[in-house]
Amino acid sequence: MSFKDKTAIVGIGETDYVKGSGRSEVDMMLEASRKAIADAGMKPSDIDGIIPPPGYTYSEELAANLGVEDLRYAATINMGGASPNAAIQHAAIAIASGVCNSVLITLGWNGYTAMRPKPGQPPGRSAGIAVLNNAIQGFYLPFGVSAPVQMYSWLAMRHKQMYNTPDEATGHIAVACRKHAHLNDKAFMRGREMTMDDYLASRWVSEPMRLFDCCLETDGAAAVVITRADIAKDTAHKPVYIMGAAEGHPYPADDIATRPDPFRIGLSFATPKALEVADIKIHDVDFLQIYDCFTYVVMLQMEAMGLCERGEAYDFVKDGNIELGGRYPLNTHGGLLSQAHVWGLNHTTEAVRQLRGTAGESQVKDAELGLVTGWGDLGDGSIVILRN
Amino acid sequence: MANYLPEGLPSPAPMNDNLDVPYWEGTLAHKLVIQKCSNCNKHQWGPEWICNHCNSFDLSWTEVAQKGRIYSYERVWHPVHPALKDQGAYVVVLVELPDADNVRMVGNLLADPEADVPIGAEVEAVFEDHPGGDMPYTLVQWKLV
Ligand SMILES: [Zn+2]
Ligand SMILES: [Zn+2]
Repeated sequence: MSFKDKTAIVGIGETDYVKGSGRSEVDMMLEASRKAIADAGMKPSDIDGIIPPPGYTYSEELAANLGVEDLRYAATINMGGASPNAAIQHAAIAIASGVCNSVLITLGWNGYTAMRPKPGQPPGRSAGIAVLNNAIQGFYLPFGVSAPVQMYSWLAMRHKQMYNTPDEATGHIAVACRKHAHLNDKAFMRGREMTMDDYLASRWVSEPMRLFDCCLETDGAAAVVITRADIAKDTAHKPVYIMGAAEGHPYPADDIATRPDPFRIGLSFATPKALEVADIKIHDVDFLQIYDCFTYVVMLQMEAMGLCERGEAYDFVKDGNIELGGRYPLNTHGGLLSQAHVWGLNHTTEAVRQLRGTAGESQVKDAELGLVTGWGDLGDGSIVILRN
Repeated sequence: MANYLPEGLPSPAPMNDNLDVPYWEGTLAHKLVIQKCSNCNKHQWGPEWICNHCNSFDLSWTEVAQKGRIYSYERVWHPVHPALKDQGAYVVVLVELPDADNVRMVGNLLADPEADVPIGAEVEAVFEDHPGGDMPYTLVQWKLV
């Protein structure tokens, strides 16, 4: 039994994306959730499934605050940054199989504030990402490796040397996301120009990654509401149907350094499954919302999904191909690189706007089929294929 | 020999599940000791509970050759841990061990941090002792052959 087209995203909500929210994570999630439920034209009591992020809150806490009396489906996905996007498949399966009718997915965090604790400020809650702790604490940290950028740099460096990947490849990704941010009201980097020369001149963080290869650190929350296709017809906006979705994990998932083929990531496994469910080809999609914690991670996913062959991402991203007006516009809201870092749930809200036809200045003409990915825990991947 | 990175990074040993104790005991004696399955003879790294290959519980620890090959590297410029604030650039390599089913280890390359690093180059282990503190430990570093 397939869940193809049996569910749809009918509501989206977001807080402002800021540096320094002064709010708790759950407070922001409740704002985004209320907005998403209202956007769908639903009442909180219509929600009977909740998938919170791994950390910061619980389904029970969200249900209590929202007044959801009959919570039939409460699950938590442990895939780091991929969790909110992976949750879409879980929602679709639960609804299509009759477990519940309408699922709320939310994520909120203080990605900026939590990194910069001030005296007197109450400590925020933490995310539950523990799967890689043994490898990092025991075998990376003594050698000065503790941040994800330092772990992806190993892959990026090998890619660069194996395939002669020019620095401009990741540069095109950074520049495209920045250009798109200029068209987005919520984008943190709106109005701040970045040319390829600016990109190439930015300082090294961990060679081969530069400052402008790294995403933003922001505070904020987003939420989406997913419901059954027959209910979706009577909601406030044009439904955005979930055609296909899948999740995947690299092997081994608990250590990145020792994977026999480090370019074989969660999406390498997930993409064929999602395409089979959706019954489309990867090149059919009209736009790409790809999880962009780092520019190189976007290239890695493009190659793993088969948008291009391994080692050929530079040819795929150059010549405006991933900019609005090109064949595969990427992260039309600016992405984590230039809009905000909301664990990629902002990629889903943007995909929904594109497929509703309400993306304003960044609208992809005649958008009918969209692709969204999630990435987390150093290689877990999720993919969702949406249509209007 | 001076240590490659300054003091102040957390001591690595041992994990709270104690799976890695034989590794750290080995490095203290300047031996490179990793997990090997007594049933199917596969090496595996990092330490796990059972053999990933045949699921045998009969894992042993075996000394392997102190030779490797650079699989990849990075040159870190931006210090993340406070102890590295004044460090400047340093190189972290991924080294695969051809004599142990090509498992990979993380370490620093003991060389000019700004010099070119040849992927595929042969390296050998250098044992960096940290005798101070409550729990002395030894790190495995690498130098070009
Ligand atoms: Zn995982
Ligand atoms: Zn075995």
